[in-house]
Amino acid sequence: MAKTESTFRNMVLSLTLISLGASACLGFVYVMTKEPIELSLLNKKLNAIKQVVPDFTNNPNEDMFRLPTGEGDSLEIYPAKKEGEIIGYAVNTYTKTGFSGNISLMAGFKPDGTIISISVLEQKETPGLGTKMTEPGFKDQFNNKNPSEFNLKVKKDGGPVDAITSATISSRAFCDAVQRAYNTIQNGGLK
Amino acid sequence: MNQLQNFTKGFFKENPILVLVLGTCPTLATSTSVMNGMGMGIATTFVLIGSNVVIAMLSGVIPDKVRIPAFVVIIASFVTVVDLLMQAYTPDLYETLGIFIPLIVVNCIVLGRAEAYASKNSIWSSFIDGAGMGLGFTMALGILGAFREIVGSGSIMGHKFIQGDGILVFILAPGAFWALGYLIALINRFKKA
Repeated sequence: MAKTESTFRNMVLSLTLISLGASACLGFVYVMTKEPIELSLLNKKLNAIKQVVPDFTNNPNEDMFRLPTGEGDSLEIYPAKKEGEIIGYAVNTYTKTGFSGNISLMAGFKPDGTIISISVLEQKETPGLGTKMTEPGFKDQFNNKNPSEFNLKVKKDGGPVDAITSATISSRAFCDAVQRAYNTIQNGGLK
Repeated sequence: MNQLQNFTKGFFKENPILVLVLGTCPTLATSTSVMNGMGMGIATTFVLIGSNVVIAMLSGVIPDKVRIPAFVVIIASFVTVVDLLMQAYTPDLYETLGIFIPLIVVNCIVLGRAEAYASKNSIWSSFIDGAGMGLGFTMALGILGAFREIVGSGSIMGHKFIQGDGILVFILAPGAFWALGYLIALINRFKKA
């Protein structure tokens, strides 16, 4: 096949056609994957909610509402109800103080503010160090503690939280996110 | 060169990581465990095969002076396809690999094979070349990932076999350089022998 010559017309034409073809393919794949992507995100949240609040009978995704954090943004609150009565709140909280990037947590609280359990939704911490925050060894120390008397600070900062070895920054960030969730539901009068 | 040699050259003679030392950025960053390394390798293989085939197909049509922009558009489209597919069907892996999936666009192996091989050879040979190079890349990442996972976190494929921590430095960036360096040294030793 003879090589197309590098005239201006040919160059513009070939690049335009290639880009058109590429965007058509991308559009197709985007439409095809749109639903599965949304579904997987939703499932992930629902699984996290199931982990952090006890058995509920409602659909927390439907009852979700937002509460302001007092820092100019808001958090998603998922109320867990059993036979119409509120048995807990799952709070999708975050922190910007992670070692690398934002950390997103799902924290479950009893109506009186006691932490039930915490699940990590998203983190980009150092593998093998900061990523230990997803393991029970670290995150389960918060279970059944009420932040009103359990100071959410690592031992280095004078609090009761056992930090992850050589990942104090990640541990601090974790506490920061939980504190934000607690403050938010407290300020929102849900406690 | 027959097609078999064409395929196997990606594994040893011209292995993209161990011999050509191309695309070391994603190599060092994503080989923290076998699963991560292999996942990255397979994603790259898909992009390599796809872009090689399309570029071989279009190489007669693309004028020489705009071939690089044209290649980049084709490669970027394949990467976006992989990105969307992984986000939809393997969300966990997608999350761990994170930014390195979109960064396949600038992986030297992909553009390197397009320029050095696919634009000058037939579609079928380019397909074989892409598959061989991609799987060679996957193999190198798998070996590196296995080593770093065993030594660094004391587990293999996510199954822990020791109590407590491994030698943590092998999970971090310096350990990646050491492991890769020794792996390349080992390969060179075998090639000379």
